Amino acid sequence: MAVTIETPNSPRTRKQANWEKYGWLFMRLSGPLLVVLIFTHLISNLVVGEGIKAIDFAFVAGKWADPFWQGWDLAMLWLALIHGTNGMRTIVNDYVERASIRKGLNVTLWAVGGLLILLGTLVIFTFDPCPAGAAAELLPSFCPAS
Amino acid sequence: MAEQAIAEVASFHVTLMIRRFDPEVDSEPKWVDYDVEMFGTDRVLDALHKVKWEIDGSLTFRRSCAHGVCGSDAMRINGRNRLACKTLIKDLDISQPIYIEPIKGLPVEKDLIVDMNPFYQAYKDINPFLMASDNPTKERLQSPEDRARYDDTTKCILCAACTTSCPVFWTDGQYFGPAAIVNAHRFIFDSRDEGAQVRIDILNDKEGVWRCRTTFNCTEACPRGIEVTKAIAEVKQAILRGRP
Ligand code: SF4
Ligand code: FES
Repeated sequence: MAVTIETPNSPRTRKQANWEKYGWLFMRLSGPLLVVLIFTHLISNLVVGEGIKAIDFAFVAGKWADPFWQGWDLAMLWLALIHGTNGMRTIVNDYVERASIRKGLNVTLWAVGGLLILLGTLVIFTFDPCPAGAAAELLPSFCPAS
Repeated sequence: MAEQAIAEVASFHVTLMIRRFDPEVDSEPKWVDYDVEMFGTDRVLDALHKVKWEIDGSLTFRRSCAHGVCGSDAMRINGRNRLACKTLIKDLDISQPIYIEPIKGLPVEKDLIVDMNPFYQAYKDINPFLMASDNPTKERLQSPEDRARYDDTTKCILCAACTTSCPVFWTDGQYFGPAAIVNAHRFIFDSRDEGAQVRIDILNDKEGVWRCRTTFNCTEACPRGIEVTKAIAEVKQAILRGRP
């Protein structure tokens, strides 16, 4: 007698090429890199020299006059935001069952992440310690307005 | 004399709280408690037998070998996936009721029986058989080292304890799950097999190995002591390398 095996309720559909492998790899590589980037950043800003008291507009402007720190902060910004957004995407994919809601949340996530990256990058390259028309007590001493 | 020795085995009362569901009567599963007298040598499976044979014959569960070989009686006992036939009652805290539920993430059909088809389908999808193109006129030889490479994953009995302990599988029934990956590992790292590439491609899927969050629930659940999470990590590495 022939045995018929019942077909399962939802057959697996063979999906096209996907980026999951690269996403996974990115998380593994950016993670350790971020640990180094962030802790060096924290120590050099908050601990060495005058420490936390040295931080003001002038300090930030001084750092970003140096392409090395610009590159450092840029790497930190991009890696952290992509790492974080991709992590959130993972959680959404794990726990949101409805395809439409999942899609909506993921699009929102990347839109917000992309916007933050854009704004951050803009600030790193166009930071002005003496914005015109700002209240004088907020500005560093070397600004012409004060 | 012999009778005396048997009488010496300590007996005790335990309460079983069993998650029961009869699709013809219930709309929701419910907890039902049973008091049974058991002995120090008894396993949870013996307690289930006692209930079924002496108290309520309608209690439904799967078991076949009763000795940890066939993999049919995986269930959630006190919140952990185990084989009822390998869990001694005296090893559990019997001052409290013992909670017994069906494994999670697969549709419950009745009482402790779940629909295993989605689980088996994931297993079938990874081609769980030797793929070799040569003409088998004599046995395929293999060195002990090559055999040892995948020894751990040959022990799987397809009980589903791992897959149904995985939080990713609970929320995403499309995930291949640990058991399918373990069985793919068994062939991917077999020197006689030629289908590694095929299986690597299958598991390099959105619902493949990359879903794994290294939660380690599967390794803890496996009644055969297979290092499931490690096997999954090895398959991930094989995919990254593009070969076993
Ligand atoms: S890997 Fe272990 S827990 Fe998973 S199905 Fe096989 S024997 Fe069961
Ligand atoms: S009944 Fe066979 S493994 Fe438990």
